[in-house]
Amino acid sequence: MVLELQKPRPIWQIMFSTHHTDVGLLYLISSLAFLFLGGTLALAIRAELFLPGAQIIGDAMTFNRIFTVHGTTLIFLFIIPFASAVGNYYVPIMVRYKDMAYPKLNAIAFWMIPPAGALIWLGFADFTWYATPPYSIISAPGPAADMWIFGLKILGISSVLGAINFIVTILKCKHPDMSIGQVPLLAWSFLSSSLIILVAIPTFAAALLMLLTDRLGVSGFFNPAMGGDPIAYAHLFWFTFHPEVYVLVIPAIGMMYEIIPRFSRKPIYSYNSGVFAFVLLSIVGFSSWAHHMYATGMSFTEKTVFMVGTLAAVPASAMHVFNFVATMWNGRIKFSTPMMWAVGGIALFFSAGAGGVANAAMPLDFTTHDTYWVVGHFHLFVMGTIAFGSIGFLYYMFPYVTGRMYNETMGKIHFVMSFVGTVLVFFTQHVLGLYGMPRRIFDYPPIPEWIAMNQIATVGAMVIGVSMAIFLANMIYSSGKGQLANTEDPFGVGGKYYYPFEAKNPSH
Amino acid sequence: MGGHSNWPEWIYIGVVVALMCWVGAEAWEAERLVEHVPEGAETIIVTGQQWFWTFEHEDGTKEIGELHVEVGKAYKLEIHSKDVNHSFNIHDYVVLMDAIPGRVNTVWFAPTDAGEHDIQCREYCGLIHYNMRGKLIVEDPTA
Repeated sequence: MVLELQKPRPIWQIMFSTHHTDVGLLYLISSLAFLFLGGTLALAIRAELFLPGAQIIGDAMTFNRIFTVHGTTLIFLFIIPFASAVGNYYVPIMVRYKDMAYPKLNAIAFWMIPPAGALIWLGFADFTWYATPPYSIISAPGPAADMWIFGLKILGISSVLGAINFIVTILKCKHPDMSIGQVPLLAWSFLSSSLIILVAIPTFAAALLMLLTDRLGVSGFFNPAMGGDPIAYAHLFWFTFHPEVYVLVIPAIGMMYEIIPRFSRKPIYSYNSGVFAFVLLSIVGFSSWAHHMYATGMSFTEKTVFMVGTLAAVPASAMHVFNFVATMWNGRIKFSTPMMWAVGGIALFFSAGAGGVANAAMPLDFTTHDTYWVVGHFHLFVMGTIAFGSIGFLYYMFPYVTGRMYNETMGKIHFVMSFVGTVLVFFTQHVLGLYGMPRRIFDYPPIPEWIAMNQIATVGAMVIGVSMAIFLANMIYSSGKGQLANTEDPFGVGGKYYYPFEAKNPSH
Repeated sequence: MGGHSNWPEWIYIGVVVALMCWVGAEAWEAERLVEHVPEGAETIIVTGQQWFWTFEHEDGTKEIGELHVEVGKAYKLEIHSKDVNHSFNIHDYVVLMDAIPGRVNTVWFAPTDAGEHDIQCREYCGLIHYNMRGKLIVEDPTA
């Protein structure tokens, strides 16, 4: 796989390959394509909200469709496939096996993503990424909503197949000399997130089927007019998608565990606490789903139980932060681009976590729930932690994949602009939420504070947009024309790349 | 492990856990007080539908889009929905409760000063969700 672009193969050899690095490459390219598509929609949303009144989008229905597809795309078609890309590349190498456990299944899991993405984009549904009934049953327009449901169905199957593959590869195919306690933390992160997927996704798969039959009018699970209960859907949805946020964040933390010791030139402070925190997080992730539903009329006892469950996730996340800081402490840190992204990601992870405590505490949640506070909070996680970890790791694996070096200056500019932009957009959105602006609104009354905050956020989003254009240019230019990398030690931090860069023959 | 002490990590985790216990206890206490509807609160039936709010007072007075209440009285809101999910919100009084078809949720508040406040829908409910707004008008009968 290494030096792919120096010895080009015809594209169909990669497309029809089942080798783990080829499938990883396909995952990588498609997830980045969806990152840019989803990001463009985000810029459209921010441009629309720059001022009250209709700006560039024009009507509410198009706006509602745009934020639905924006969310669906970036969560299901960027973050999850990106993690799969990294996992496919590195997990077999880390556990010292020749490929994934089931190579053909692996390729099948990837090839489910393009049709699912097409269904989501061509449908352009408008019922938000929750698809909350009864709106999604009685009001959401025809084929769009059904296409969205089918697209998500296919993506769910794809990620379950991928999860099975990771679990078997790590537990059954690792080298006999390697005990489970020696598996690198990145592989541990894939093991824990795959276990979450295996438990969580089937619940949502069931909910989607019930939603579909409700839409067809043959059942009434969630339709109050037929004796159903919309809250049942909310429980099924959040039972899947609260743990799902850990599916998204755990691999990103795992990627930081690769980068930070490497660039601090120190071993990780505590391997055991990293493993423990991953496992703990994937368990307590399931105890907190209903904190999304405090305002649906839950009883005081239910709310208390879920508040405790939610707060329990905080120490586990805090252990990771401690581990990172302790690793960097007294290290000889080299701030190359991947390290800058990882450190920035930790800082934003910490602030997002601190903000999250406010969402978990019941009385505070009633101020922030369904306002821009929530938008700011989870985007800070998704952009500030997950995307930062992922992009940092992308820079880290760039010499490994292409045999060339990216442009370091452009990488640093990309980081600084993205960091500033992220703070401008998402910190501001927290404040906007405290002023009471609800989320998912196409237009807002001309309240001076709201206008000012929205304008800051829009400017921040544009800064991120420009930095992403720099990123794209850097990636395209450097992969073809960049300096040849020293594949022994491309970042000059001493020692070899942690993993043998002489990857296997692509046509094994 | 080895080569370094683990005490800093244990102390740190202890501090985080203690902090979370404190946050949880404070939140529990506050919520317990907030949940308790005062006796003699006047009931107002609030109905959400695409895309406006209707209010019905105890004496049978109905209002659309505007809710008139008096300073110093406690009000218990019974929240209904006719079609899809909505969420009834008076941000200035931290009143937030979802309107779910087939269910009746209650929330209460007691206005303290005369004035006007925004009522809005906080749960996505379709095309004109962004404009599903109303006015809370708090009147002082003695003034």
